[in-house]
Amino acid sequence: MRHNIRFLWSGQVIELKDVGPTETLLDYIRLRARQTGTKEGCGEGDCGACTVALGRLRDGQLVYEPVNSCILLLAQIDGCELVTIEDLSRDGTLHPIQKAFVDVHASQCGFCTPGFIMNLFTLYHRDTPGLDHQDVATWLAGNLCRCTGYRPIVEAALETCRDAANDAFSARASKTIAALEDLNDGDDIFIRSKDTGFTVSPSTIASLCAVYLQHPDATLVSGATDVGLWITKHMKELPKVILLNRIADMQEIKESPIGTHIGAGVTFAQAATVLAKQDPDLGEVLRRLGSVQVRASGTIGGNIANGSPIGDSPPLLIALGARITLRLGRVERELPLEDFFIDYGKQDIAESEVLTGIFVPRLDANQVFRAYKVSKRFDQDISAVMAAFRFSLVKDRVVDARIAYGGMAGTPKRAAHCETALIGASISNETSWQSAVTALESDFTPLTDMRASNTYRMDVAKALLTKALLEVGGSTTTQTRVTGHREREVRDVA
Amino acid sequence: MLHKTHSTQEAMALTGGRETVSGKALPHDSAVKHVSGHATYVDDVREPEGTLHLAPAFARNCVHGRILSLDLDAALAVPGVLDILTAKDIPGINDCSPSMGDDPVLADEIIHFHGQVVCLVLAETREAARRAASRVSIEVEDLPAALTVDDALANNASLLPDYQFERGDPSATIKASAHQVESRFYIGGQEHFYLEGQVAMALPGEDGDMTVLSSTQHPSEVQHSVAKVLNTIEAAITVEVRRMGGAFGGKESQANQWAALAALAAHKTGRPCKLRLDRDDDMIMTGKRHDFRVDLAAGFDENGKLTATELQFASRCGYSADLSLGINDRTMFHADNCYYYPQTTIRSKRLRTNTVSNTAFRGFGGPQGMLAAERLMDTVAITLGKDPLDVRYANLYSAGRDLTPYGMVVEEHALLKDLMETLEADCAYRTRREEVAAFNGENRFLKKGLALTPVKFGISFTLTHLNQAGALVHLYRDGSVHLNHGGTEMGQGLYQKVAQIAADEMGVSLDKVKITAANTSKVPNTSPTAASSGTDLNGMAVVLACREIKGRMLAFAARHYDVVETEIHLEDNRVYFEGQNSMSVADLARAAYSGRVSLSAAGYYATPKINWERETQKGRPFFYFAYGAACAEVTVDTLTGENRVDRVDVIHDVGRSINPAIDIGQIEGGFVQGMGWLTTEELCWDKQGRFRTHAPSTYKIPTATDVPEAFHVKLYESKGNPEETVFNSKAVGEPPLMLPISVHCAINDAISSLKPGFIPRLNAPATPEAILSAVHEIRRGVGS
Repeated sequence: MRHNIRFLWSGQVIELKDVGPTETLLDYIRLRARQTGTKEGCGEGDCGACTVALGRLRDGQLVYEPVNSCILLLAQIDGCELVTIEDLSRDGTLHPIQKAFVDVHASQCGFCTPGFIMNLFTLYHRDTPGLDHQDVATWLAGNLCRCTGYRPIVEAALETCRDAANDAFSARASKTIAALEDLNDGDDIFIRSKDTGFTVSPSTIASLCAVYLQHPDATLVSGATDVGLWITKHMKELPKVILLNRIADMQEIKESPIGTHIGAGVTFAQAATVLAKQDPDLGEVLRRLGSVQVRASGTIGGNIANGSPIGDSPPLLIALGARITLRLGRVERELPLEDFFIDYGKQDIAESEVLTGIFVPRLDANQVFRAYKVSKRFDQDISAVMAAFRFSLVKDRVVDARIAYGGMAGTPKRAAHCETALIGASISNETSWQSAVTALESDFTPLTDMRASNTYRMDVAKALLTKALLEVGGSTTTQTRVTGHREREVRDVA
Repeated sequence: MLHKTHSTQEAMALTGGRETVSGKALPHDSAVKHVSGHATYVDDVREPEGTLHLAPAFARNCVHGRILSLDLDAALAVPGVLDILTAKDIPGINDCSPSMGDDPVLADEIIHFHGQVVCLVLAETREAARRAASRVSIEVEDLPAALTVDDALANNASLLPDYQFERGDPSATIKASAHQVESRFYIGGQEHFYLEGQVAMALPGEDGDMTVLSSTQHPSEVQHSVAKVLNTIEAAITVEVRRMGGAFGGKESQANQWAALAALAAHKTGRPCKLRLDRDDDMIMTGKRHDFRVDLAAGFDENGKLTATELQFASRCGYSADLSLGINDRTMFHADNCYYYPQTTIRSKRLRTNTVSNTAFRGFGGPQGMLAAERLMDTVAITLGKDPLDVRYANLYSAGRDLTPYGMVVEEHALLKDLMETLEADCAYRTRREEVAAFNGENRFLKKGLALTPVKFGISFTLTHLNQAGALVHLYRDGSVHLNHGGTEMGQGLYQKVAQIAADEMGVSLDKVKITAANTSKVPNTSPTAASSGTDLNGMAVVLACREIKGRMLAFAARHYDVVETEIHLEDNRVYFEGQNSMSVADLARAAYSGRVSLSAAGYYATPKINWERETQKGRPFFYFAYGAACAEVTVDTLTGENRVDRVDVIHDVGRSINPAIDIGQIEGGFVQGMGWLTTEELCWDKQGRFRTHAPSTYKIPTATDVPEAFHVKLYESKGNPEETVFNSKAVGEPPLMLPISVHCAINDAISSLKPGFIPRLNAPATPEAILSAVHEIRRGVGS
């Protein structure tokens, strides 16, 4: 048991004993460390101005990932290397990305610039041959710039991020790896704060379950992409925080012939790599879920456990027939994902029970999958409607359908009437599936909010079913979609 | 120190033939600082010990109501909270409005809109202040609220008097025309979403002096507001702004309140006080671009040439006047865009609603007027089954058809036509028109649209007295130049452009020119950095100040070294005498100093030629027009309304560019910002009138993926501004924002392909939902 957090910053190991349970990384950087190059734009992880890079060991390799420091908790960076904008030119010479920004006039007001550069710093350290405009734009979708129109920023990225990294960080990578290995002791962390509060960062599921049994009133924090906002926006006081991001056995991905087990602590970025292999639409929806910063921190488990009706991963996973594992103390149980969502704000989870993993069955040879995310803006937007379809076909007949929607009800929900009505429909005969389209009206009574009206949601829900069936029936997606073409080679950059 | 007004003629005697620093695509002066994290914004300034942090509190559920009581106990109980101030704590006048006296700093008795600040929490940390602010409980008696343009029209809730331009008898002429159209559509507002939110830090001095660091486009107005609120003289208040993290009009009048509150708290406590708004508070509490209902009618002939137009613009101004008079006037000034209206009525209604007071935003009302003109062109073209570009050409201002509805002659109409024709050829408009038609014939669900639209934007504040600027330039004895002017830097590159101009004027290299923060104690009584005027005004004031110093030095040199004054010139840090002998500028400066010659001068510039009398509607409101045109191609998914901009081509006229890189940056950035306004950026209020899209999670400005890879921007090959502007350049801040009207028109074009002859009911912004709604209506055969 350790009573501090430790991380690497600018070649130094920083040890902190006084860490508040809700202290954000950004507040530490700006207010405590007085490094003001990192900016706060929105305080909710949507603008990217606060982006910093975290160096982590993944399979023994040093990987830099961008995170929104405004909603990440300081204690979550235990065992990481922190890189902020000031670190890139500590020796007085500009980093290649910084120089490219100056050369191509990629800054105007300059306020978003450090966040862009830190995000691109992580891309610079990736192996991305053939990086193109769309890849870069996708990588940058979580950084808002209001001045430039992005064109020169993308240009600066293309000029610098295609080649292998060659900077001070790549030069000292082996030293950094050694330092991070030293820091990663696999110990549980317990930091007491004033009164009865604490921050706990368990290292195993077993110690997580033990501490959560003792403290059922504690808040579980996985990627903090949601809980972070409770702190920065709702001014919630969370005296007891249990962090999930250091639990090794919750971050496993195991592939087998029948399917894939994904630990609840697996980030969207890691999960996307595995799931995209099953179907390009899975990759595409996950590419558009949040931003590269959000996907580096946010987890599949968190997206399920917070019970949101508008999370993008639950409809995907429900349509795929996923099952989840919950654990209370030492007792595990499994249930179909759709049964977890009981009602708005209500899930099938007991006090002190923890979601530990998700099992996603493989698609059978006769099954086809389609998924769509419709939002006001393509990238980094919450869906107005999210739809996922798994059709089982015998010749051109639908013999089974699993259809799940997000944004259409108080929970992610299967379209039971629609599924039934679709049985026996021919994918080559549009009139044969009309009753299934109409049946969506029996399945859902969507709401109107700032993202979409109830009418639009229903119209789109129907349109997406039509679209899925047309595509399965043979239409190329260049005829049916303006983005996310299945014909485009899916590349693992996000 | 001399104050002297020079003629423009004098000011324009340029360095003549020599290579200039002006005209070069040099980096922004702060580029290296931006990329390395060392550019200091107000919140980055190291706080003096004991600085207090402030947070505003409002009634979370009140849209319009009478304040009955405040319960501050829970807020005061938050550890670290010192005090909570209300309207009664204000020693001076409780107002921070630009002119009309109707914007309370803290609401007194009545809450006029959701988000109006009622009290101010003072605490040791920002977190404590915000936590306490969220615990302030305000009891109100609700009053009836008008929220929308339609509500206000129904209640006849006028905020400012109606105003109109009239020529001929359009109503009768429309009736007598071969063809008529009528249309109504709605144009949404826009949140500025500057990345750096509103912030101010007030530092109290002796004798009640106050220095305020503010993120503002208008330091002088912040100074006036603070003096008014503190009940002190303006001379006791100093406002400084080195840079802003974006502004776009949102810090023209909207910065006043936060600076005034910081100064109020500093005045009360004697401690430095900082107020940085949380993003959600910022979006809830500050004004936005005006939203409009537009009603238009027109008559035209079989070629699409207009005979007469009638346009009515009804705008939601919010609860107070703010800058709404000038904004709505500018809507009217741009309701013609590039087109001649032989007879016309352009009517404007400025409506009072219980919403945040709408304010300046890049374009200042012009974009909404221009969108109406372009909608009119499309409507005429669809009615006649013509290519909208041909209808646009048919109506362009031209010789003999060059008088605007407000009586100013459009002089550069030949440039406008040439610019459009160049773009048409460059982007292969006609070929692509055929390709688009072919694509639409082959595709059942995806439809393409294409549109080429021009921009003509009037340059000058229409409130004529604002067209003035001051500068203060010092030459030091080492040959370095201290540069100060009334303009503020918000990312637009003003400081860089003006430094390039100063380097040329003083004959020194750019590294000798020290850019300094705008400061009201150095240059007083400044106009806001707004209306695209920053370089035109401040650049010219700097030219005049430099000429004053240089003139004195040359006169001294002529006397002292017995040379002919006209044969001396300064270049690259050296002074050349009759081409033979030379000395450094520093040596001459030292000699001049010893000869008791002042090396400091104030420059003052007032734009010539302009005069606009609003009451009689006579005169010339604009010094000149800036022109541009854009062609956009889009693909629309008619099943979901999703859409993608496939390609954009732009040619824009900046006259003779002082810095082409900065100008292209303004064009590209303006385009994308305007595209956001017209597509994904949607402001939503709930039924009670509470603003719902107050964070980037719900308010969607464009991201990198929304900008097409094929985004081609070129500067028009200009012979220079025919008017005598600095370096013969043209203003570039606002005009490009209107180029993406082409995107909206292209979306309209794609929808109209579904049923030729029917006019889509497409409002702005064209969100996927708005598009799908227009698709469904046109499929049902409903056209407006």
